[in-house]
Amino acid sequence: MERLSAGRVPIVWRTATVSGLVDESTHARTLVLDVPGWPGHVAGQHVDVRLTAEDGYQAQRSYSIASAPEAAQLALTVERIEDGEVSPYLSEDLVVGDPLELRGPIGGPFTWRVADAGPLLLLAGGSGLVPLMAMLRHRAAQRSVVDAHLLVSSRGLDDVLYRDELAGLAGTVGLEISYTLTREQPAGWTGFARRVDAEMLRAIAPPPSARPRTFVCGPTPFVEHVADALVGLGYDQATIHAERFGPTG
Amino acid sequence: MAPISRGFHGRRREADPDRVPPGQYVVDDFPVLSAGPTQRTPTDSWTFAIGGAAESGAAWSWEELNALPQETFTTDIHCVTKWSKLGTTWTGVSVDTLLEDVVTEAEFVTAWSDGDYTTNLTLEDVTDGKAWVVHTFEGEPLEPEHGGPARLLVPHLYFWKSAKWVRGLTLTLDDEPGFWEAAGYHNHGDPFKEQRYWSD
Repeated sequence: MERLSAGRVPIVWRTATVSGLVDESTHARTLVLDVPGWPGHVAGQHVDVRLTAEDGYQAQRSYSIASAPEAAQLALTVERIEDGEVSPYLSEDLVVGDPLELRGPIGGPFTWRVADAGPLLLLAGGSGLVPLMAMLRHRAAQRSVVDAHLLVSSRGLDDVLYRDELAGLAGTVGLEISYTLTREQPAGWTGFARRVDAEMLRAIAPPPSARPRTFVCGPTPFVEHVADALVGLGYDQATIHAERFGPTG
Repeated sequence: MAPISRGFHGRRREADPDRVPPGQYVVDDFPVLSAGPTQRTPTDSWTFAIGGAAESGAAWSWEELNALPQETFTTDIHCVTKWSKLGTTWTGVSVDTLLEDVVTEAEFVTAWSDGDYTTNLTLEDVTDGKAWVVHTFEGEPLEPEHGGPARLLVPHLYFWKSAKWVRGLTLTLDDEPGFWEAAGYHNHGDPFKEQRYWSD
């Protein structure tokens, strides 16, 4: 693996300013941030966010970066966890102009650059789409035509993040986007309507012989299930990168 | 001085500050983290090996490891992704037992696992009752998602040092950064010093 630490910018707390808020669904919001001295990032990386109460109590959580490295501002998309400590604050209470402490970028293997080439296989469960969106935004910003396949698994259509942007990207050369709605499908739905399984992966993914660079992100049961299915289909484990998250935020 | 997050109060839990390191929060569940697919090595083909810079190595089959003196103990664990789990009970073999007959001048070890995972530790951090190869969690066989059939357990360091699916220790004369250590995480990883990333 590439040794990343040499000559890098220290991972120190920086005070960002909220410059925009975008509601992505009923329970997810994108924070657009100006971060003084931001050293840049690679698509797929995350940041640590720290909140400080008036009495000095602090809480930290990690959030994936949604924006492309090419973007002028850093974007984080935060899904609200109902009984969470940090995500309700970020997704409901924070307003434009507020300061927000963060540090990063963090994360090594779960990253993709256009120079890494493809094919690219992106498998998203719910808000696991966030770091994969950074990869697709990076791909688009670089006008890359690398063969890329995205499968988004969501409960319903309203839960799909970045819907309009994905619809716009869907027409671009080399990119195929598929959806599966596991709980609720609108009338006339022609996409998948079940949990991701081996048959679905066979239908949307390059074959194991193509050795796609595979990124699986979502809740732990989703990632466990999908990664096991990929291994069962014969994909080389070394090409499968996983990022699991639990509802603890 | 950290800026105040206007209107943030937090949902604090009663927790002993001596047991919860800075920046951590206590969970009741057991989150799963790893960089690739869960490994599922059957115990009949499982071995544990000690090699590298030693006069002679050592190796155990699953049955042989289980025939070594076992220790059951209760400890707190701390993941760099901010969760801590208090009062977890494990059973396994002390690394002191595994190193008993090993003669070495090495000062470091690399733990290696199925799935090509590695993590580096000083010998000091895995000896004198500080590290175990564990196969039982809360009285049950350790689940594959949590590193079964056996994982390293080094509870005084962040949990990435407690390599899941561990298969051996390689003794080294020089400190050789492992998987996360080479990707920007801290080389030592003491949670009470909040050594999360290389520059901490």
